[in-house]
Amino acid sequence: MAITVEAVRFGYRGAEVIRGASFTVPQGAITCLLGRNGSGKTTLIRLVNGILRPQAGVIQVDGHDVARSPRAEVARRIAFVPQEHQGVFPYGVEELVVMGRNPHLSLVSRPGQRDYAVARAAMEAVGVAHLAGRDYMAISGGERQLVLIARALTQETPYLLMDEPTSHLDFANQHAILAMVRRIARERGVGVLVAMHDPNLALAFADRVIMLQEGRVYREGPAAEVMTPAHLQALYQMPIDVVQLPDGRRMIVTDER
Amino acid sequence: MSRGDRRRARGWRALVFSGLFTLLVIVLSFGMGRYAIAPGEVLRIVWQIVTFRFDPQTAGEAARVLYYIRLPRILLAALTGVALAGAGTLFQGMFRNPLVSPDVLGVSSGAALGAAIGILLPGGGGSIQVWAFCCGVAAVALTYGIARASRGQSVVMLVLAGMVVSAFFGAALSFLKYVADPYEQLPAIVFWLMGGFYRASWPAVGSLMLTVVPAAVLLLLTSWKLNILSLGDEQALSLGLNVQVLRPLLIAAATLMVAGSVSVAGTISWVGLVVPHIARMLAGADHDRSMPVAMLFGAGFMLLMDDLARSLTTAEIPVGILTSAIGAPFFGYLLISGRREAWR
Repeated sequence: MAITVEAVRFGYRGAEVIRGASFTVPQGAITCLLGRNGSGKTTLIRLVNGILRPQAGVIQVDGHDVARSPRAEVARRIAFVPQEHQGVFPYGVEELVVMGRNPHLSLVSRPGQRDYAVARAAMEAVGVAHLAGRDYMAISGGERQLVLIARALTQETPYLLMDEPTSHLDFANQHAILAMVRRIARERGVGVLVAMHDPNLALAFADRVIMLQEGRVYREGPAAEVMTPAHLQALYQMPIDVVQLPDGRRMIVTDER
Repeated sequence: MSRGDRRRARGWRALVFSGLFTLLVIVLSFGMGRYAIAPGEVLRIVWQIVTFRFDPQTAGEAARVLYYIRLPRILLAALTGVALAGAGTLFQGMFRNPLVSPDVLGVSSGAALGAAIGILLPGGGGSIQVWAFCCGVAAVALTYGIARASRGQSVVMLVLAGMVVSAFFGAALSFLKYVADPYEQLPAIVFWLMGGFYRASWPAVGSLMLTVVPAAVLLLLTSWKLNILSLGDEQALSLGLNVQVLRPLLIAAATLMVAGSVSVAGTISWVGLVVPHIARMLAGADHDRSMPVAMLFGAGFMLLMDDLARSLTTAEIPVGILTSAIGAPFFGYLLISGRREAWR
């Protein structure tokens, strides 16, 4: 049971962005997409989510071709947490979270008792239950990201996609959010694919790492094996060291001082 | 009681309030007009009509005035209010912009051009409505076609294409005004554009119900989905919403009912813009609650405007003038008083 991406190619109006990418995303682990700006991380996330269709190659979720599945079916397998949500209408937090039930509801039905129960359980799981009646646009950025994660959990999917979910958050919130995502992966067996900019966060939280370079997979594997100075230097094209702290933790540093 | 429950209770309160408001305006409207009928008499006749015991052959003069003049006019104004407020709520949610009105896709400018064509062509009054309806629908179809052909970000492209089509139809309308006979046709066009319910009749009510009732039902059935649509395409798709099917379906429904009401009542501005805001202030952001509130309140609001239009002066004022004259300052008041809680 996994997401498998096989020889996928995709381009916008002639300019090829993804040039034959292949990898897998297993359940119960965090797989991290690393790469420079323009390497195709966001495009790849959108391809896996079925928002874009591959021009060649196949993406399967537990054996089902994403491009050929109805939208609701895809959304029952994959949930998506956006980078930052710019809302227009100030929905209540609970109202926003229960929208995650949509793939389980028909065109003319609304969420019922059971759906609200799922939403409340998700809010409790990520620790935002106390915000239920608050205006979604009046809470802090970190709380908002947790609310979006609660909405994704409300979809009850085996996989979770995240596109730089921490890029707008402060240091503490970045770690809080990713620690929460790791708990979800471990406790619920959810397979997480997360695009990320900070290699140190990837080193701290990722089980597996996929390095993306100009639309191709440069290296893929367990985080500890892939995150070497040589690979990181090739990926970011700058001098990079991986230092080991006395207690065994590792850290990525540049040569600036 | 959780805070989420409190939000739901607010929605019910808003629904009851707008229902009572509209009911009150309807009752008032029966008694208003140049032909004075005592309130007790009004209630007696209305009760006859409602219980199907009204017989035009044996009815008195007061009853005939109510049945043939006031009742169709009340229904026409209420249906138009439902159409404009419902379409306004839909488009503001769908286009994620609290400033769009039902004409954003060009339906009003299309209908206006159609009406002008109908007035210029030799023919009867019925053809004006048919022309207005068809051109209104055609304008939106053209907007949708341009947006599809551009393959851009569809929501932004739809709004831009709507501006293009509105400008083009507006130019065509100006040309028709220029070539129209200034003594007969030009005033007819100008008067038509100002809008009003003076053309009310039972056939007009019947034809308007044909488009407004099914479209309003569809909008009410799918109003919860509008919340998801309002998050933007990427999130709506991620939440399993079939945007490519639902959006054109809802646009078609809104276009039919707005084109229907514009072709009967002329262009009535501001109702479709202001009423959705009032509904959100009453009911909250959730479209599942603000949509029915907007439709109910819109019916009462439109009716009240028409009551004013026909009773403020001895001669009737075109209702489009009143909705602008009252709607615009009211909207300004809402902006100043800081009651912007319903959008950001």
